[in-house]
Amino acid sequence: MSAGLAFRDVACLRGGRLLFEGLSFTLAPGDAALVTGPNGAGKSSLIRLAAGLLPPAAGEIEGEGARALLSEAAALDPELSVASALGFWAALDGRRDAVPEALEAVGLSEIARIPVRLLSTGQRRRAAFARVVASGAPVWLLDEPANGLDTASVARLEALIAAHRADGGIALVATHLSMALPGAIEVVL
Amino acid sequence: MSAFLAIVWRELRRAWSTGGLLMPVVFFLLVAIIFPFAIGPDGRLLARIGGGAIWAAALLAALLPVERLVAPDAESGVLDQFAARGLGDGSVAAAKMIGHWLGFAPPLLAATVIAAGLLHVPGPVLGQILLGLSIGTPGLAALGIVTAALVAGMRGAGAIAGLVMLPFAVPLLIFGAGSTGDQPGAFKLLAAVSLVYLAGAPAVAGAAIRMGRS
Repeated sequence: MSAGLAFRDVACLRGGRLLFEGLSFTLAPGDAALVTGPNGAGKSSLIRLAAGLLPPAAGEIEGEGARALLSEAAALDPELSVASALGFWAALDGRRDAVPEALEAVGLSEIARIPVRLLSTGQRRRAAFARVVASGAPVWLLDEPANGLDTASVARLEALIAAHRADGGIALVATHLSMALPGAIEVVL
Repeated sequence: MSAFLAIVWRELRRAWSTGGLLMPVVFFLLVAIIFPFAIGPDGRLLARIGGGAIWAAALLAALLPVERLVAPDAESGVLDQFAARGLGDGSVAAAKMIGHWLGFAPPLLAATVIAAGLLHVPGPVLGQILLGLSIGTPGLAALGIVTAALVAGMRGAGAIAGLVMLPFAVPLLIFGAGSTGDQPGAFKLLAAVSLVYLAGAPAVAGAAIRMGRS
């Protein structure tokens, strides 16, 4: 899969405050970047910039290939079952068949029929991550993917990111927790 | 295109499954029932004001679903996910508008038949009201989406929604209620207002969604 993500001299302005400026990095297939920094440094904003949800105040962002976003909000309809809620998004991505496999990958197969509103914080996080897995998008943009996850789930998350990179995918991960991303570019805000 | 239809369908499904359809209809009937209590049981008087009363009730009922049209999706990240997939905010707004109308208008038209019975509205006038509502409700749905996008994330959004939406709904009310009399031009004017709102709503609501994101 062809993938790419490049930040060139990017600045981010939120609410009249300059969060960061002159930020440059380039990710080629198989690359990952780990964005770290204190609370409020602009980690989430950087992910939103990369997803095209915010325009950069200066600089350029170039991306190649579809992007899958894991943000703080789960964006899964609470009244639907986990499988149906994910199915809506998978259908938008033209990959309805990928849902069972993605649920298996994040370890939620057993609760695929449970309504989303009954999920715990960690399960909801994993369900949202399953959408990223199911999307088949080459560029993964993950905002605090390890929040609320137990150690076993974090290990599974790391393994999934590693497998995605081995397939030629890209991962941009913003986190304040320690995550094992071998060979990742460190972006410190 | 299939993404557009998927969003339309999701709006419709959510309106049904979260009870968002029943409430406006019940509210609409309640308002229509209040008129006979307030005015008295004079059948002829009720029949004369019935058309206007139904239109006023429809307008108020159109306000009820506004809070659940955009704000929950903005909060739960659904709009962000649409945008991250490259779907335009205007297209999302247009799909939401169509889904909202499909969920809102048919039950309202059905309830209108009941309300007309309560208000002693004669058959021919009921026909005019139904035709008028069929033309006017798309305009109301368009106003609803725009208002919902504008007030999403505000504190006290419900009250502000009324203040934003009702003034713009007045032309629909005037020509809608006017079309129940013997003013044949009213239907055309109603259709014109409805069309203007329909045409403008996706762009305005889309811009509001975009601004709400940054």
